[in-house]
Amino acid sequence: MKNKMTIKFDSVSQNECFARNVIASFILPLNPSVSDLSDVKTAVSEAVTNSIVHGYPDCVGEVTMTAEICDRDLHIIITDSGIGIDDVDKALEPFFTTKPDDERSGMGFTIIKTFMDEVKVVSKVNSGTKIEMIKTISKQAV
Amino acid sequence: MDITCKAEKSKIYIYFIGELDEYSSSGVKFTVDSIIDKTATGQSVFFDFSQTTFMDSTGIGVLLGRYKKLKKLGIKGYVYNPSFQVDKILQISGIYDVMPKYKRG
Ligand SMILES: Nc1ncnc2c1ncn2[C@@H]1O[C@H](COP(=O)(O)OP(=O)(O)O)[C@@H](O)[C@H]1O
Ligand SMILES: [Mg+2]
Repeated sequence: MKNKMTIKFDSVSQNECFARNVIASFILPLNPSVSDLSDVKTAVSEAVTNSIVHGYPDCVGEVTMTAEICDRDLHIIITDSGIGIDDVDKALEPFFTTKPDDERSGMGFTIIKTFMDEVKVVSKVNSGTKIEMIKTISKQAV
Repeated sequence: MDITCKAEKSKIYIYFIGELDEYSSSGVKFTVDSIIDKTATGQSVFFDFSQTTFMDSTGIGVLLGRYKKLKKLGIKGYVYNPSFQVDKILQISGIYDVMPKYKRG
């Protein structure tokens, strides 16, 4: 099976739920296992929340999510044109957050890396952030 | 997300019903804190996640914040009946070291 889609939406918090429900609907034809479905939804929620909260801290910008299915491989790209990350390696460390006062846990990237097979983050200060995630989706056991 | 609570002797149960994400988190923090403030004489608080249909790392931050609040008040906190999805995230976070997991049994 081959399929792809792209959505573009405003960086407002309601869209965290919107984006994870879109990805869930998109992969439904693969008949994913409950566990894989929830992993993908969580990873998307984390990445989109990061764009909304960190990428555009004081303004509403655009977030793009592209997803592609090739056989059972799911490839997701989430991009924003926000403030960017100056030290990506540091940002990927567990418990690292630049917003501890908002009770952010700094575990978003760690969860994404745990739930997805491959993760790549590319970012440039004042230009934006792109996160690419790949996961092979297993079938729901019958 | 809806928050409800039940007081039972020295135990307070707080139920997290629905989806806990960044969007719902500020309302959740406010409601849970006011429950804790009103019932602060209780011995222990059980955060019930059996009806939580979705949670991301925002939930870790929310729980750690409530843990700090309870600690100041000398109250013990527990994670009660986490759903499979919630349990997976809380396990990664290591929060069970300070707020042990409890299962109905
Ligand atoms: N899209 C983004 N734009 C700018 N900064 C980001 C973005 N995503 C992540 N970051 C930075 O990486 C840090 C770690 O992210 P994460 O692991 O999700 O933890 P948290 O969101 O709890 O801070 C954030 O605190 C932020 O500084
Ligand atoms: Mg995050």
